[in-house]
Parts: sequence; structure tokens; C-alpha cells
Amino acid sequence: MNIIATQALTKTYGGGVTALSDLTVQVEAGVIGLVGANGAGKSTFIKIMLGLIAPSSGSVRVFDIDPVTETDKVRARVGYMPENDCLPPDVSAAEFVTHLGRISGLPRTAARERASETLRHVGLYEERYRQIGGYSTGMKQRVKLAQALVHDPDLLLLDEPTNGLDPAGRDAMLALIHRIGAEFGISVVVCSHLLGEVERICDSLIAIQGGRLLRADRISSMTTASDVLAVEVSDGADELAVRLTEMGLAVTRDHRMLLVPMDSDDAYDRILRAVTELELHLHRLDQRRHRVAELFTAKETVDV
Amino acid sequence: MSETGVIHDIGYQRYTGPRLGRGAGIGALYVHGLRAAFGLGRSAKAKIFPWLVASVALLVAVIVAAIKSQFSEFTFSYVDLDDQLSWMIIFFVAILAPTLVSRDLRSNTLPLYFSRPLRAADYVAAKFLAMVTAVWLLLGVPQFIMFLGAAFTTKTGFKGVWHEIQDLVPAWGYSLLWALLFTSIGLLIASLTGKQAFAAGGIVAVFLMTTPVVAVLAQLPSTTANHLAGLTSPITLINGVGSWALDGSIGFDIGRYGPIYAIEAFCLIVACLLLLLARYRKVSAL
Repeated sequence: MNIIATQALTKTYGGGVTALSDLTVQVEAGVIGLVGANGAGKSTFIKIMLGLIAPSSGSVRVFDIDPVTETDKVRARVGYMPENDCLPPDVSAAEFVTHLGRISGLPRTAARERASETLRHVGLYEERYRQIGGYSTGMKQRVKLAQALVHDPDLLLLDEPTNGLDPAGRDAMLALIHRIGAEFGISVVVCSHLLGEVERICDSLIAIQGGRLLRADRISSMTTASDVLAVEVSDGADELAVRLTEMGLAVTRDHRMLLVPMDSDDAYDRILRAVTELELHLHRLDQRRHRVAELFTAKETVDV
Repeated sequence: MSETGVIHDIGYQRYTGPRLGRGAGIGALYVHGLRAAFGLGRSAKAKIFPWLVASVALLVAVIVAAIKSQFSEFTFSYVDLDDQLSWMIIFFVAILAPTLVSRDLRSNTLPLYFSRPLRAADYVAAKFLAMVTAVWLLLGVPQFIMFLGAAFTTKTGFKGVWHEIQDLVPAWGYSLLWALLFTSIGLLIASLTGKQAFAAGGIVAVFLMTTPVVAVLAQLPSTTANHLAGLTSPITLINGVGSWALDGSIGFDIGRYGPIYAIEAFCLIVACLLLLLARYRKVSAL
């Protein structure tokens, strides 16, 4: 079933700025990456799904409910994590998440239980009784995620969840989001301007640019038949390239690496054999997915 | 291997219990606001000021009740308490309104509220009612203490108690008027800025600046101007409505312009609420 479906969705702001134009997309449950540069219309799309702003034309349905007319029903099933800092400094995380749980309509005790449970799931334990003002950016992001989860939504809308995090923090946050999608059974829309980041955890991807849909598809269908093997040797890369070409492999050169399309299972063996015969030092041999980014650049050039 | 002593990670549990919806959300926000007004659930520092004001009000009530029971010629009515405490109320409002609304603006919490079933009107209503209740309690409880003092020391038995009740209930209404007018003005000013100090200063300024205008108008040689002078300041406006509605001589002479005072008070409250709503309509669209 589609969790989000839009039909020619268009939003033009008062000043004549078109944030979204003619966006038609169907999204299945899972972890969905919503990528686009800053100002591409990602946040506008999220706000329309939350019923915070009405579309200028076209329609949108979330869980087959119209957020414009039945806002409450949609919002009860959706959790939203904004991009900016949105936490008061002088309350504890436990208290704050409990409070928002109650605003979402949970009874008092349920809100308290859900708050400590979600804070535990996002990885805040004893710290949750400390005031938020003393938290690191990573901890604040976790609190923001916990408040979106507290009322057990069926869909999470995360606006730039890795904003301001260091590389380790990014990985932890992405792993957490992946877990929410895979283990908790909650669909997640992850908004990001970093494609490389979301492609690692998403089942499907929506790319928008200038308010227009660039491409929407499942990650698996975007990257099939495009796996390559990356080979790196200490020196003698040229010799190896010649040898591999002789063996009938289509080799391409990428700086110090050789890229070999993995068309059959014995490609590994053949490369290894070539390397040993030439007595080269193998630095790395790994399977690499065609970066989704490459697909988009290819597509864009076609458009232009 | 024994099953005891093994910690099971039970994983994520879906919530299957009741969901109470929008009404419960408004209720939770109201209770939260009312508790915050008296510093409950907040730091010790946040408790100092509200309880200082509350204890002054209570102390005044206890002293008045004690004196009244001893000297029957001492006249200090329930309504007088409100007027005597007017400056305390202004400071209380100046601190409370920013606590309730400016903090949410400052820390950007509003998107978290408005991505939930809550609407702009719900938010305004919950905060407004919480603050009206807090201000009313600040005045109504001391008045009730005065009533208890009078009721237990009355020399005319049940008739005396009944007489006191007849005085108390309109005075509670008068306190409610204070609460309504001061809350609507206070919240409107506080909703304009995220800085609590600015908001507090702004609220005190509005009440302070209008007082000299009353004094000037009251000195004019025209009786009509004198009678209408009270319209220019919230405090004297409430005094005017009170003296018209309660047939008492609160503050100063307003002549026969009582209804005008009442109309202005009503319009002022409604206008402030509408502006507040418009403000949050805009904010809630993010």
C-alpha cells in the first residue's frame, strides 16, 4: 500500500516563489530518502504532508487521508522532527518528551512510560533526567527523534536528522533510523541534501530539484546491474589494466583504481589470477555499488 | 542454562493503549501552563517570584482578616484587596506571560506543538485559560481567606455569613475581570518577542506609561474628560467597570459613563485575543 501519494502537487508562496511544482509521486512503506539541494522544496513537502500549509493545487494523501481536510487524523499517525533546534534548555529530556506525549493525546502514565522507552531506544539512559541545555548536539538530535516517536506514529518525517553531527554521530543516527524502519515497523521519510548518506539506509529514494521531481524509485532498481569491482594495486596498475582487457574485461580507470564491471561470479577469481601472475601487491579488491549520485548526474545531463 | 538473570531486550513495543485526541492535548497544555505559573515542575529559581507574590497577597489577606475581626469600623472590602495589590498583579503578569509564551518562541518549540493535533486556537486558549486561572487564584484565594476570617468571627450568625458571601462572589467576579484583562494584554505583548526580559519590560511599560495619562486627563477642567480619564489605563479601566457594576465607589468618580468602561474592557479583551490568534495562525504555519 502507498503511504504517501501526491497528484500534481504544487505550492506557490505569496511572493510568487514556486516551492513545489507538479509533483506526482507514490511512496511505499519503508525508509524513504527525500533528497534535494537546499531550497529544493523538501521542507515544503513535509509541511504539506503535516497539514501545516495547504497546497496551491494538486492533492496529497498520507495513509489515504487528506492532510488538508483531516489534519488531526494524519498528525496522530505522523511524527515530525524539525531541522532546527527546537528544545527548551531548562527542562529534562524525560519531562519534555512526556509533555509532548501528552499533547499528542497519550494518558499521563502512558506518556511517561512511552517517553522513557523512546529515550532508551534512541540511546539516552540516565542522561534523560538532566536538563537539555547541557546536552551535546548529538544528544539533542536524539531527543528530537524521541519526541517524534513518543506517540508511536506509523510514519516519521525527519528533516535533516544528521544536521550538525560529527561523522560518528552521523553513522549512529543513520543506524538508528535504519533500525526504526527495519525493526520498529515504522516508515520513515528522511530529508537530506546528502545523497551518499541516505542511500545507505533507504529502501527508496525521491529526488527533487527546484520543486520538480527528478526521480523516484526503489534503491534496488536504481542500482541493479551496476555493481563494479574496485581494484587497487601498489603500482603496475597499467600492466594490470592491459592484462584484464586481454582477458576480456571492460576495465575503466578511476585515479589509482581500476573499475571492473561484475558481470559474472568468476570476475573475482580472474582478477586475482591476473594480479598473482603479474606479481603485484593487491591493496584492495571490493565490490562497489554504483553510487546513486552517478545515476542522477547521468540523468540530469540527459534532461539538459 | 538458567533462564533467570538473563536480561532480555524486549525491543520496540508498539503502543496499543488509548489515544485521547485533541481535547486531552489542550487539557495537558492548560495544566502544564498553570503548573509553570507557580513554578511547579520547574527549577527552584522559577518558584521564588510567584510564591513571593502569592505569599504577600496571602499575608495581606490574613492581616486584613485579623484587623477586621478586632475593629468593626475598619473597612477594607474584598474588592479593595484587588486594587491594593494592583502593582503586584502587574509584576506577576509581567513575569508570567513571558514564561508561558515567550519561552516557546525563544526555544522554537512551536513546530513540535503544531505538528501534533493541536491548532493555533487551541494553543492560545490553553495558555490564556492557564494564565487567567493563575492570576485569578492569586486574588481569589486571599479573598477567600478574608471571607473565612470574617465568617468565623461574625457576630450575627448565619445572616452575617450570608452577607459576607454576597460580598465575596462579586469580588471574585471583579478579580476575574482583572485576570481577563491583564492576561490578554500581557500575553499579546509577550507573544511578540522570544526574549523574556523584553516581554516583561514591555508589559510593565504599557501599564506604567498609561497611568500618567489618566492623571493628566483627571486634572482637566472638563467633568466629562475627568469621568472618562480612566479609560486610558488598564488599571483605572477595571476600577471604572468595577465601580459601575458593583455600585461601589472604587477609585474615582466616573459619572454616568459606566457602560462605556464596560464596553471598552470587553472590546479590549476581545481585540487582544483576536490579535493573539492572528499572531499564532501565522506562527503555526511555520
